[in-house]
Amino acid sequence: MSDFTSGFWDWYVAILTIVSVIACAVFLKSQSKARVKLLPSGEPESTAHVWDDTLREYQQPLPRWWVVLFYLTVVFALAYLALFPGLGTQFKGVLGWTSAKELHDEDVAADARFGPLFDAYLARDIPSIAGDPRAHQIGAHIFLNNCAPCHGSDARGARGFPNLTDEEWIWGGTPEAIETTITEGREALMPPQIDNIGSEELATDIAHHVLSLSGSRHDAARAARGAASFGAICGTCHGAQGKGNPELGAPDLAVPFGTYGGGEAAILDAIHHGHHGVMPAHKDVLSKAQIHLVAAYIYSLSHPGAAARADTGTVAR
Amino acid sequence: MDPDPGATALARETDPAGARAPAPAAPASAPGGPVEREIVLSLYEKRREIYPRARVGERLGRFQRWRWVMVWLTQIAFYGTPWLPWHGRQAVLFDLAARKFYFFDLVLWPQDVIYLTGLLVVSALGLFLFTAVGGRLWCGYACPQTVYTEIFLWIERQIEGDRARRMALDRQAMSGSKFARKAAKHGAWAAVGLWTGITFVGYFTPIGELAGAALQASLGPWETFWILFYGFATYGNAGWLREQVCLYMCPYARFQSAMFDRDTLIVTYDQERGEPRGVGRKSRTRAEVGLGDCIDCGFCVQVCPTGIDIRRGLQYECIGCAACIDACDHVMRTNGLPIGLVRYTTSHALAQHLGRAQILRRVLRPRVLVYGAILGAVCAAMALALALRVPLKVDVIRDRGTFARELGDGAVENVYRLQIMNTSAAPATYRIRAEGLAGLAVASEDQIAVPATATQVVILRLRAPAAGTPVRANRIELTVQSTGDPAVQVRERTVFFGLRP
Repeated sequence: MSDFTSGFWDWYVAILTIVSVIACAVFLKSQSKARVKLLPSGEPESTAHVWDDTLREYQQPLPRWWVVLFYLTVVFALAYLALFPGLGTQFKGVLGWTSAKELHDEDVAADARFGPLFDAYLARDIPSIAGDPRAHQIGAHIFLNNCAPCHGSDARGARGFPNLTDEEWIWGGTPEAIETTITEGREALMPPQIDNIGSEELATDIAHHVLSLSGSRHDAARAARGAASFGAICGTCHGAQGKGNPELGAPDLAVPFGTYGGGEAAILDAIHHGHHGVMPAHKDVLSKAQIHLVAAYIYSLSHPGAAARADTGTVAR
Repeated sequence: MDPDPGATALARETDPAGARAPAPAAPASAPGGPVEREIVLSLYEKRREIYPRARVGERLGRFQRWRWVMVWLTQIAFYGTPWLPWHGRQAVLFDLAARKFYFFDLVLWPQDVIYLTGLLVVSALGLFLFTAVGGRLWCGYACPQTVYTEIFLWIERQIEGDRARRMALDRQAMSGSKFARKAAKHGAWAAVGLWTGITFVGYFTPIGELAGAALQASLGPWETFWILFYGFATYGNAGWLREQVCLYMCPYARFQSAMFDRDTLIVTYDQERGEPRGVGRKSRTRAEVGLGDCIDCGFCVQVCPTGIDIRRGLQYECIGCAACIDACDHVMRTNGLPIGLVRYTTSHALAQHLGRAQILRRVLRPRVLVYGAILGAVCAAMALALALRVPLKVDVIRDRGTFARELGDGAVENVYRLQIMNTSAAPATYRIRAEGLAGLAVASEDQIAVPATATQVVILRLRAPAAGTPVRANRIELTVQSTGDPAVQVRERTVFFGLRP
């Protein structure tokens, strides 16, 4: 806990501080009087410091209230150091105050204040709160603060980060599946398959078969040649018709332009290099209620009937 | 003059009875030389109570009347302004909690802090300007310290009487009647202090509710704290500290020497005309006896609120209230002598015997003209900025995480967050346009309604064909324009990234 490697420094800080504060009082007292010569006229002379031939420093007295206030600051300092942990790390202060405890108290107060609001939403299921404007707003804020950096402020994703507003769900689009994705995270690992496939020619054939699944432009002859190998090699994860497997996180290949793009080049890239999509777990980042609310928000993006807002994700402040 | 006029006069003023030298030490004598005595001097002293005389003669002097005009003007403005209504709210309200400052029709947001800067610059330049021309005009006529001290002194005079009576009362031992008078005075002071505190807080919280809550003792903790704090400060500064603020706390007194020059009008004593001072004889004129015009009545010292003798010349303690001018003018008139023995004049005028016209001509000197010019320029700039102010603010933040997004149809999209702030008092609808790239278009909702004095976050999606868009940060411009009033529009620059095919 202590940043110091030796206990000596605690004492160093403590002693220096106390000595300095008390020294202020001591100097105030000792310097409150001065011995001055009296001029022949009977008046005390000035300090006899002279600058520029004519500028002289006098002995003007300071007001007494000022020195009284100064003494009071010494008293205040000593009282403060007795109450709070200002003298090194060993002495915790009579009040036992720590900033961690202050934060904890604020957390408790916030939980007490917002807890009932969140608990009310936690008790309801996602489709029912997807249409609630306030839940939508809270969910949108959570989304913008936590999810938008990867999935985009409009939730439409980018290369490698799925589009959350469409009907395709790599790990399942039911409210429960969405909540699990957020809570536990996901890891979609496709190892490179080029060694399994064996040849570049066959890989291209398989790619064209995949293109045919989504109705994209393809070479029919190649697609026919690749169909059998597709079923044997790719079908184990992606399903015989390439419809995907939410249990494994294997996407539906009948989609023309997916999370990793589309077209022959993108498919060959997947075959050669594989993919490793990771969604971090948020169970330690967000509370259950927050996950519930943001899941409802995401659910509402692909179920516009439930939500009141259009696709701009407008958030009113 | 004795060799050390400062220490001499100071010792005489602050310590008339010689009480400052408590313990004479043993005389240190040099062999064959004069005996030198040493004393032990205390470097701190108790405040010497000053009992400024209200006036000399029946009527207030010319400058005292001006001071009271300023007191009335400033206090009517201060105490009255929070009560002014404006379209259902307080006209002048600094709503810190909602982070909006209302000044009649003007609603200032935190982003408008530049106007506060401008105001401070104008205040500073204004201060330099009129200090260069007329000395400590602020101190003597408008400063709250002076104003409240005058008010509190007035209260004190009503309850305790004039100068002689107040001094006598303080010398008396405590008695029933003395206690009653003191209690009444402090009670009146505390009441004024409290009302001042409520008024001050009333600039930040609607004063109607505040005053009502105060009467029912149902104020919140922070309001209570600030009212008491400000009230106590008023009571303490104007009732107890008074000139101590001017003498020891206020920096204005200390840097006045940087703002004055020899052509600045100051309150000072015409030494050439007044010395040697003394009481004259009825039978002979003053000139015959070899006396100057000063009859050494001491009234200029009695009326001074900071307790100085203006006959010693310009001092840092002088707040330029011109009470001494009024006092001396009255005495001069009574004695059939011309007024102006203590008057507003300049250092050069005294040295070179300049006439009034010559003094006035010197007012327009380079220093004053430069201050005036800069002040004029800043005022004009602020006025122009406020007049041209558009009640719309837009902040654009591009999504950096997602960077750029490719679509299946060969387009590229960038996503932005727009913070649209409608700073006007009426709701408005805005349309968003994007320009700067071939084929650039808004691919999300391009119209947004924002309530009055509200902020709305808008997620904006821009789309451009991937083929024609350079793969770099392309500078583009977003325009947010009110559909109701096309003059209300803001242009913000941002970038749009293309993607490698």
